[in-house]
Order: sequence, then C-alpha cells, then structure tokens
Amino acid sequence: MGEPGTKEVIDLQDLQVAGGIHTGRRHILSILVENKPGVLARIAGLFARRGFNIQTLAVGPTDNPSISRITLTVDGALHPIDQVTKQLHKLVNVIKIRDLEPAETVARELALFKISADSEARAEVMQFTDIFRGKVIDVSKRSMTVEITGTDDKIEAFERMVRPFGLVEMVRTGEIAVARGRSAT
Amino acid sequence: MRAVDAIMESLTAEGVDVVFGIPGGANLPTYDALYDAGVRHVLCRHEQGAGHAAEGYAKATGRVGVALATSGPGATNLVTPIADAIMDSVPTVFLTGQVRTELLGTDGFQEADTTGITMPIVKHSIMIQDPREIPQAIHDAFHIARTGRPGPVLVDIPQDLSRADIPYAPVEDVSLPGYRPTTEGNVKQIRLAAKALVGARRPVIYAGGGVVNADAAKELRELCASDRFPVTCTVMGLGAFPAPHEQWLGMLGMHGTRSANYAIDEADLICAIGARFDDRITGKLSEFAPRAKFIHIDVDPAEISKNVPAHIPIVGDAKRVLPKLTREYRALEADSSRLDGWWERIRGWQEKHPLGYADSEDSEIKPQYMCEALYEATGGDAVITSDVGQHQMWCAQYYHFSEPRQWINSGGLGTMGFGLPSALGAQVGRPDDTVVCLAGDGSLQMTSQELATAVCERIPVKVFIMNNGYLGMVRQWQELFWDRRYSGVDMGTTPDWVKLAEAYGAAGMRCDRKEDLVETMRAAIATDGPVVLDVRVTREENCYPMIPAGQAARDMVG
Repeated sequence: MGEPGTKEVIDLQDLQVAGGIHTGRRHILSILVENKPGVLARIAGLFARRGFNIQTLAVGPTDNPSISRITLTVDGALHPIDQVTKQLHKLVNVIKIRDLEPAETVARELALFKISADSEARAEVMQFTDIFRGKVIDVSKRSMTVEITGTDDKIEAFERMVRPFGLVEMVRTGEIAVARGRSAT
Repeated sequence: MRAVDAIMESLTAEGVDVVFGIPGGANLPTYDALYDAGVRHVLCRHEQGAGHAAEGYAKATGRVGVALATSGPGATNLVTPIADAIMDSVPTVFLTGQVRTELLGTDGFQEADTTGITMPIVKHSIMIQDPREIPQAIHDAFHIARTGRPGPVLVDIPQDLSRADIPYAPVEDVSLPGYRPTTEGNVKQIRLAAKALVGARRPVIYAGGGVVNADAAKELRELCASDRFPVTCTVMGLGAFPAPHEQWLGMLGMHGTRSANYAIDEADLICAIGARFDDRITGKLSEFAPRAKFIHIDVDPAEISKNVPAHIPIVGDAKRVLPKLTREYRALEADSSRLDGWWERIRGWQEKHPLGYADSEDSEIKPQYMCEALYEATGGDAVITSDVGQHQMWCAQYYHFSEPRQWINSGGLGTMGFGLPSALGAQVGRPDDTVVCLAGDGSLQMTSQELATAVCERIPVKVFIMNNGYLGMVRQWQELFWDRRYSGVDMGTTPDWVKLAEAYGAAGMRCDRKEDLVETMRAAIATDGPVVLDVRVTREENCYPMIPAGQAARDMVG
C-alpha cells in the first residue's frame, strides 16, 4: 500500500492502529536512571497517578555510580505497555528503558521462606529445598528458613509445595533481569 | 561570587528581562541580588498571581516566564500556576526559596516539601544540594522548560546554599542524559500521512495549543492552503488558524460549533496536530469520530495513542514536521475535487447551524453581544486573556481570533482567577499591544488583589468584567442537569467594582446599556493606566451549543 516515493495512494481501510495495545502478558522493564534523590519517588508517583500497577520493583546500583537500575514488572493485560514506557521516558532522570523480550531474557528473583517445620517435617522440607536447588539458611526447633533463587514461576511453585507445612512468612526481592547474549541490557 | 549573584547572571544569560514574585525569609538573599541585577521585578500581591503572570508572559511572547517565591506558603501558593502550566504546556521556571539545609526535614518555620508537593505537576524539578550546581541547574531548567513539549520547571534553593560563595562561569551545555526530545518527525511516517490525506474523502485538520507553542501557525496555514482541508482548533489552538476563513469550521469540542463537531463525527481521516484528545474535545470516547483514521503529530510521544489510538503517529515539533508534510502532500498532486461532496455537507451544517443567539430587544447586554462588542472595540487585534467559565467560552466563540498568542486562557486546568494576573504578564511582555482581560465576576474575585500590582507597576491592562452575579457555568449546569437547584452560585451584587477599582487607584467604569457598550470599551482602552469596566449582562444566559459531559457530538444541544 502506498509505498514511499510513489504516488500510489493509501486506502484508509488498510491503516492499522499503531499504539495503545494491550499485550496481555507480563512485561519486565529494565530502567536506567540517574542516581539522584527523589528518582524512585518520581517513578512511584507516576505509576500511582496514572493508575498503573507495579507488580514487582527492584532497585540497585550499576557498575556506574552515577546510574542506578530499576527493574519493574507490569501487567500488560491491564495497561498498554507503550503508554507506560512513554510516560516513564518523560521523566527527565530516566535515561533508558528496555522492555525485555521474555525469550531473550534471563530473569531471577530471590525469595526467603520461613516455614514451620518440626523435626518430623524437616526432612521433607529439605528434600523440596534440594529439588528446587535452594538452601537452608536458618533452622530453629520449630522452623526452617529457606533461600530460593529463580524465576517467579519457580518461586511460586516452591511456595505451593511448602505452604501445607505452614508458611510463617515469605520475603521476595522482585525480579531482576538481563538480556541474553553479549549486548548490554 | 555569591550563589544568588550567579543566579542573576544565569537569568540574564537566559535572556530573562522580567521576573514576577514575592520575597520572604528563605529567598531574601535572592531578592538582595535582584536589587541591582538589572532584571525587572514585578511585585505581585499573591504568589498565585506571580505564577499566572509568568504564564501570561510566556503565552504572550513564547519566552520562558519566571516566578519567584519564598519557602513554605510562598511555594504552596505557586501550586495552582504550576499545575496550570503543566496542563497547558507553558514554558515557565519557578525559583523557590527553601529553609536552611540544617532545618530540612525538621518541620522548620515556613518549611514545606516543595519538590515533593509539586512532583506530579512539574515537567522537572531540581532541589539544590550543592551551591556549585546552581548555574548548571538554572541552565538545565530553562532548557527543559522551553524545549520539547514546554512546561514548568521548579528549582528549590535552600537559603544557606544561596548565600554560599561559588565560582561562576556561563553554562552552555546541558547535562541531561535522559532528556532528548524528538523534533524532526519520521520521514516515512510523514510520507504515509501525505498519502493518507490524498486518500481521504472526508478529512479534517484538528489543531491544538501545540501549534501555538511551536510557533507553527504559519506552517499550519501553509498545510491548509495546500488543499481545501476543513480546519478546526481546540480552545488552546485558537488563533493558529485565522477565524474568518472559508476553510474554518469554528472551535471544536464541548462548546464548539456544530459544523466542527459534526465534521469530526463524519470524518474518514483526522489529522491532529499538537492536540491531545482531551475529554472536552472527544466527549464520550467510544463514540468519538467513529469512522475516522488518525494521523497524530505531537512532540510528546506519550500523547500519541493515550486517549485515541493513532494509525499514523508522528513524533515531532509541528514547526519542523508541517513543512515536510506540506511538501510531500503537494508532490502527490491530489485532485481537490474529491473534497467537493464533503464541503457540500459541511456548508449544509454551517447554513443550518450557524453560531448565534437571540439578542435582547431592549438595552440589556447579552453576554455574547459583549464579546462581539469587544471584537469591535479592539478591531479584533487585542491580546485577550480570560478567566474560566461561560465568558471564556463565549469569548472563544465570538472573538474571532486570527493570530496566535492573541488568546490567553486556562484550558487544561480550568483555573478561575487566571485572567487578571496573566494579563499583567502578557502586557509586560508586549507593552505596545492592547491587553484586555475578559473576566468573570466570580473568577476575578479569586485574584483581584493583583489590581494593586497593575497600579503600582503601571501595567495598563483593561479588565472587562462580564458581570452576571453568578458562577455562571455552574449555574448553567444546575439549570440543565440538576433540576434548576441553584446551589451556591449566587454571587450577590458585591463588590462595587467601580469603587474597588478606585480604591486600588485604577479607573473604574460601568456599562449596562447595549448601545453604549462599544463606546465605553473604546473609552476604557483609550484611558491611560489600568481600567476596570463592570459590564452588567443578562443574569441567566446559557452558553450554547453544548455537548453534555460524557456524551457524543451527535447529542449536541442548544
């Protein structure tokens, strides 16, 4: 239809909407920001006032002390993801945003589970921990604390396995991610 | 030098010739530096007035408006102008004083978390933490305020840091790795847009305030002259296209013309330029322009597909994009006769539904007539500022703006009280033009203290009050949608505006007869210095036509 450089006219019916689309999947946004006071407040405030939900959020330094990385996950079924990234880009302190393609991304999250486990249950919990390649990092008479690293699916699967023992508490960091291959995220 | 002297050097380097503000404890050092800095200071009577004056200056001239305030209440009083400036994309810089760094976070006297309070309503803000950052911060602030989509930038300066001794050298580079507005527009997309325009049988050009902000009225007119495209503007875009023109459909939206709204409703292609599909334009979003495809040209990518999904998005500055679009369109040598049928339909609406009102049969002044009289008395070329409400909409309808930056109003935030202080700023920025504030009697009472500023600073604005003794637009909605239960809208007959004007040292005049109105307005304009003209208009008159909120163009009433 109407190639550039020709006089061929476009049939308007052929035009497709180019934005504002709900993708229906979860997106991991890797955001480089200037390491300045208030940057996280600006991002959190933007999400709050535009009605975007943050599913998880992780903030940390990068190899450059003047730049921090924020990794956040957003539900693309609830919000048009291009609108979220474009609004984020308007923040002057936001340097770069990458919407990581699931197939091209390695994502990890760390979770700590405090599980009620007396001496009888302990062996079984340790067995699950082994299967999930976790580590027991603390133990008391009636509880165990286990560290699990992995994708959110894996962490949720472990949670399902140990919940019947009695989950005292669970602490999760939120996902961090890098792009596969040599290029920088 | 002292950091505050560096601020003055920085302001001068940015081309600032006037600032609007009020001093206080935390910005005393700034005012000390201002004393002999060679920058004009306009002492306003409330920080809100200073903020709107800075906006009026910016809107009238295209230059960055600057307002100063102290910490705490001074800064919080700026919140409304800052919010106004973000909504209407007004290039402004706000310099606020802050308590000494040792007091920060202790609830010190006149402490407020200014950057925190204003975070959702600024384009950017900078809290100074090291006085040596100040020259760079000021330069960055001006750069951000005036480039890309313009907007308000706040710089908050703790009092002790503003007194520090720092080295000063002029700053030319910005240090903003995350800020690079796209201005040029993608060439392929522009070509696609040109082809779509050729393919359209029922196109409409819908221009907004972005065209005015980009100083692209000339470029818009050239695009429109490349064929017989029908043109409509938002309330913010008025003046970007000359109102008396055969391609002009009138204003779009809630109180726009039927021709403009019906044309949008039936269009097959809408070319939006520097406009953002606000709810006052679209009405019920799901029924907005149901047959149309959209070209959307805007410098802010986040506006594209925010409310209405675009088919051909073009991110860029209208001044840069429009000439390319015009060139591409002309090269395609479209057959203009394809628009004949469309124009026939539009002319039909224009004949059947012209903008109009029933004039009084006696001397009573209808508010619509007041706007026509204003046009006549000023020859149609005054700078008009307005407050918010019925008078604003009538003025938008009946003062046929033909030039950009001639119409200064609060469109996005809808700030009552905007008119008078913004007129002060506009007059300071354009001393040779006639500046009239068309005020509502309700709105004007929100910032009438700025009459003192007009008198003391010798700013000869003319304030024409459309006085119906009501909060008129609210009364209209109560009449139409709330069963005439007039709750909290009767303003009574106070104040006596003539006496109030005289109390401030301005000239006060009154008019309540139609046959005297044009002459009285002319006399007011010819009077030296500020004048308040109290015009008594019909008390209960409704602003029509109207798309009731949340309804579609087809549901227009009146």
